[in-house]
Amino acid sequence: MAQTYRSMLVDPMVDNNPITLQVLGICSALAVTSSMQVALVMTIAVTTVTAFSSMFISVLRSQIPSSIRIIVQMIIIASLVIVVDQVLKAYAYEISKTLSVFVGLIITNCIVMGRAEAFAMKNPPFASFVDGVGNGLGYGLILMLVGTIRELFGSGSLFGITIFETVNNGGWYVPNGLLLLPPSAFFVIGLLIWAFRTWKPEQVEEREYRIQTVEAH
Amino acid sequence: MGLRSFFDRIEPSFEKGGKYERYFPLYEMVESFLFTPKTVTTAAPHARSYIDMKRIMTYVVIATIPCILFGLYNVGLQTNMAIAEFGASGWRAAIIEGLGIGFDATNPLANMLHGLLYFLPIYIVTLVAGGFWEVVFATVRRHEVNEGFLVTSMLYTLILPASTPLWQVALGISFGVVIGKEVFGGTGKNFLNPALVGRAFLYFAYPAYMSGDTIWTPVDGFSGATALAVTAAEGPAALATYGITWMDSFVGTIQGSMGETSTIACLLGLAFLLLTRIANHRMVVGCLLGMIAFSTLLNWIGSDSNPAFATPWYWHLVMGGYAFGLVFMVTEPVSGSHTNLGRYIYGALIGFMVVMIRVVNPAFPEGMMLAILFGNVFAPLIDYFVVQANIRRRARRHA
Repeated sequence: MAQTYRSMLVDPMVDNNPITLQVLGICSALAVTSSMQVALVMTIAVTTVTAFSSMFISVLRSQIPSSIRIIVQMIIIASLVIVVDQVLKAYAYEISKTLSVFVGLIITNCIVMGRAEAFAMKNPPFASFVDGVGNGLGYGLILMLVGTIRELFGSGSLFGITIFETVNNGGWYVPNGLLLLPPSAFFVIGLLIWAFRTWKPEQVEEREYRIQTVEAH
Repeated sequence: MGLRSFFDRIEPSFEKGGKYERYFPLYEMVESFLFTPKTVTTAAPHARSYIDMKRIMTYVVIATIPCILFGLYNVGLQTNMAIAEFGASGWRAAIIEGLGIGFDATNPLANMLHGLLYFLPIYIVTLVAGGFWEVVFATVRRHEVNEGFLVTSMLYTLILPASTPLWQVALGISFGVVIGKEVFGGTGKNFLNPALVGRAFLYFAYPAYMSGDTIWTPVDGFSGATALAVTAAEGPAALATYGITWMDSFVGTIQGSMGETSTIACLLGLAFLLLTRIANHRMVVGCLLGMIAFSTLLNWIGSDSNPAFATPWYWHLVMGGYAFGLVFMVTEPVSGSHTNLGRYIYGALIGFMVVMIRVVNPAFPEGMMLAILFGNVFAPLIDYFVVQANIRRRARRHA
């Protein structure tokens, strides 16, 4: 096997991160990162779905006719998402209300489909499972980073525990309202991608255009 | 030329191989600010023009002078009038009392000085915070700091309310310079106006400090609605009951951001920019026509539930940031359209959007900032269609 289990688990964290390198799953990363608690639950949900859907698809991979493989993958993923959704509604109703449609939308999360197509269809079940966990965690890592920045500076707390006392509660910190709005995640993720690519220059994509340089004066 | 010889003496240590080679951008910034740049194009082709970026930027700063002067007067006037009612406090009051000038709202010089005490801290913080990022990026990227930041910092200062806390000023300009300009490659590559990006950041991040009735005059306890807030809530007919006449609004003795209340000062700046051909008249004409046409249409349609529909175009012109944005931001060459037909469309789009946001959207009484940013985003698309249309037309002609 080309990859070790360890590299399957670790690579998606930085070197092949689904969000910062592949730029997948951005929609939910914008929507659910305004508080750490929600981001954590979303991470767990996506990791579970990716890991198990990859595993089940891998088990069935030699039985799935190529012409209808997307439909079969979708059925497996959708079933898992429904299970996750029901579990959340049963045991964490408040958070499931905050996550609203975004749990259901895990079905359309490109990371899940992407791993099924790119990895699970060609690899044995356990490797696919590990790969799914790794990618889920890589997605979660970025979610947690963005969530930390947005919740800490947007409402002065982490996991709902006050870190900076806000002005409204008699403290000194003036919360930054922009960070609670979804567009702010664009800026934060953009800056994270910038930081990652400065750290690992091999992730920088080739330019699609060439800037003409004028002769130096 | 003592200064010139001083620069000549220290220049070698900033050049390649010199002791302070890394800080060349810093040296170059100060030197080219004080003197005409020495470097000229050596490679062909030579396109000669009397105008360069330094001159463009300096002219825009000169054009803002009427707005600055009137802004100083108006901030002082509003503050002194409010102080008569609510009393003075803080270090500014201590300085003014120490100088023995007093808070007489009828004395223009006392007003100017009081305004200056609000304007200067904000402007200095803007220069320091924004200049810091400019120098960081110039040093890392090894290019020169250019004069564009002088314009950005001045415009940014003029569109802030006088009561803005200084740390917010620093945060806003940092966002404007870094996200609005430097991440896209610096001056000339920014598709949004950096000053407006900074202002928009503050507007969404700290709405309590950037909108409402209590922020325009920096006196505790004072509350005064802007003409726009009144129109949005009760329609233009109610302005008279608040004591705001059209002439007040045109001259600028009303509530508003520091440098944008006076339409006449903005128009003076516009005249200067049009005479020197820095501003393109097509954008201005487009923006005026778009605003006049759409507000007249809304007057004609009318609305029972939204009194702001009845706002006539000559009120739109003098309220809020319309005139300031029209003169200094719509005409910004980098973020606007680059084709002549595109410039009319670009201006008209902004004129249309500003009325749309002011009148139809209940959440935002002021729409100029958002309308211009909206126009900036559409400018390349407008250019694309204009160019494509031209290509098709010529292809037909030569078919």
